[in-house]
Amino acid sequence: MQRRTRIAATASAAAVLLALTACGGGDAANEDASTARGDITIWYSNNEFEIEWAKAMVEAWNAENADEQIKGQEIPAGKTSEEVIGAAITAGTAPCLVFNTAPSAVGQFQKQGGLVDLASFEDGTSYIEERSGDSAEQYQAPEGGYFQMPWKANPVMIFYNKDMFAQAGLDPENPALSTFDDFLATSRTLSAAGVAPFAINPSTDSQFFQVGFDFLPTFAAESGGMGLVEDGKAVFADEEGITVANFWKTLYDEGLAGREAVQGDAFADGVAAMSIVGPWAVSVYGDMNWGSVPVPTSSGIAPEETYTFSDAKNVGLYTACKNQATAWDVLKFATSEEQDGQLLELTGQMPLRTNLPDTYPDYFEANPAYTQFGDQASRMVEVPPGSNTVEIMQIVRDTYSKAVISGEGDLEEQFKAAAEKVDALAEEG
Amino acid sequence: MSSETVGRSTGVVTPGGAAGQGSRKRPVLQRIFGKNPLGVLLSTPYLIFLAVVFAYPLIFAVYMSLHDYFFSAPGAVVERPFVGLDNYVAALTDPAVLRSFLNVGVFLIINVPLTVVLSIVLATALDRVIHFRTFLRVSFYVPYVTASVAVVAVWLFMFSGSGLVNTVLGPLAPDPSWLINPLLAMPTIALFVTWKQLGFFILLYLAALQNVPKELYESASADGAGAIRSFFSVTVPGVRPATVLVLILATITGANLFTEPYLLTGGGGPNGASTSPVFIMYQQGIEQGKPGFAAAIGVVLVIVVLIIALLQNRFAGGKED
Repeated sequence: MQRRTRIAATASAAAVLLALTACGGGDAANEDASTARGDITIWYSNNEFEIEWAKAMVEAWNAENADEQIKGQEIPAGKTSEEVIGAAITAGTAPCLVFNTAPSAVGQFQKQGGLVDLASFEDGTSYIEERSGDSAEQYQAPEGGYFQMPWKANPVMIFYNKDMFAQAGLDPENPALSTFDDFLATSRTLSAAGVAPFAINPSTDSQFFQVGFDFLPTFAAESGGMGLVEDGKAVFADEEGITVANFWKTLYDEGLAGREAVQGDAFADGVAAMSIVGPWAVSVYGDMNWGSVPVPTSSGIAPEETYTFSDAKNVGLYTACKNQATAWDVLKFATSEEQDGQLLELTGQMPLRTNLPDTYPDYFEANPAYTQFGDQASRMVEVPPGSNTVEIMQIVRDTYSKAVISGEGDLEEQFKAAAEKVDALAEEG
Repeated sequence: MSSETVGRSTGVVTPGGAAGQGSRKRPVLQRIFGKNPLGVLLSTPYLIFLAVVFAYPLIFAVYMSLHDYFFSAPGAVVERPFVGLDNYVAALTDPAVLRSFLNVGVFLIINVPLTVVLSIVLATALDRVIHFRTFLRVSFYVPYVTASVAVVAVWLFMFSGSGLVNTVLGPLAPDPSWLINPLLAMPTIALFVTWKQLGFFILLYLAALQNVPKELYESASADGAGAIRSFFSVTVPGVRPATVLVLILATITGANLFTEPYLLTGGGGPNGASTSPVFIMYQQGIEQGKPGFAAAIGVVLVIVVLIIALLQNRFAGGKED
């Protein structure tokens, strides 16, 4: 009995000691970090084209800055990049810059005390706003300041397989996909022709970010540029949101879209004749004969006025960085006109800077298929800001999964109920 | 026990008195580390391991569950106010959380008995098989050591709407198909996990079977018992400790279900029909930045699993003489 007590006491003491040690923590960054210079570490995506760009960028910087070298590496593997970055912030091991920071995670990273406000640099605000123009506003924190550098976007559009369209007797060069009615009629024709199991097959997974690849782009287009939350109020359950949800529900109800998860890429594997995705996917489609059009709306809004979801990835400067002055310079170097041009050239993703087609005319002349992505990049909506972004998106996704994909219950009622929950979260900030 | 009896019977030395006298006479080191200081020394690494890997996280999880906790950068000044049982109230009144506990209950009801029955039967068969013994043992063990991500792809192929199973079933195939059917999604996951884990539990039973005396089978046979009678009268009671272990391990692994709903049903679909408490903990704690809420679910899960394990031990373990 006594021994057991001693053992229990020793174990408890060890646990308490560990707890106290853990609570003690350390410094996120020393006081001089914001002006310090020296070597830094950066993380970038594991997408092969982005790796190529990042390595070239690091090499170019290192060649000119012997005293401020960059050590670059891919983001460590995890279920998601955000999970890995969040853990690194908590552990105090985040790198100086992450060139793959999702806007949906920025609010939480900021709440964690993991991000540096870029507006705290003398030229921070002016640099961001001059480079990205009006669209920079979407990346501002609700209380002001920039905790992310708007970097690149993948404006979501409709891709279609020209060969399948031709096979179904549809015009592959001018497909009727601008209005919801056109889109449904075209889908029915594709389905009747049996060119693919489904006309379109967005992912049916329940992850929060999937909302950006079915509902949100079409809602942004239908509403003329609104996001899920506007001025602190949920707007996705308004008339436009219900119209959009009913459009998708019809696709599922009629079996034109698949309710089951598909392994691999449904479009690339010929499971669907259309997909809804950004230009990053072009590399996956290889030699496929594809075309792209803006997402549909009920009235067929003109392409030059159609909005969509950005699917942006930005750059965060993390508080664990000991040489933040160098990191800020590297950030400006990596988002310079020259490096943005390299990024466009190597990845086909759209840098978040103003007037892309006029800034890189040679690229768009050589790659006409990308012209509309470049044009679309000026009309994009972003996810709601704040620390509750993921929860808000998860509520929308869960509601959409039940009411639209599975077609269970009263759609409008469920969207209204979801909007009420989102209102409460948006109010929390 | 015996010293107490002696103490009471003589009426001279009470246990407390004996201990008191002994402690006064023993040297300081012995008083601190007991009669066998070497034993304490040798068990210290494991005690530290237990404290670091089990005790500390559990204590910290309870602490988190009582606060509006969130992870922050070292040195960041943040407020994490004490919220009492708010996280528990929120978790236990959240329909999604309650649904996840119900789902995992369905999972355990299918998975645990199936695991016990299949593994004991297959282990007994494997123990008696003469040809291809190693091949068969390895075959059952391969799914266990293969990454879920890899085998999930095979099951998606088999159980999709146009997959192998539905093709074989033809008009009898369920509609909606297995993995998007609210009633069948969780049972399908339970079958998958049973199949995947079976190799490990068969190994446990195979080891236990080696301790069942062969004489018992001979006696049973001499008394006229056939193979089935021997199985129920000799094998099953002979491997009872292993059965308790299998029950408890299968329950613990099942209660921690995460990867399968994450991969097989696209994140707990359809509409939460296959979410598990651990999946919701991941969503809330990691994705949505509410580790306090997630910790409350975790603590409740630990308590529920402990109660189930105690009941299993009580009713399946019997009393040791």
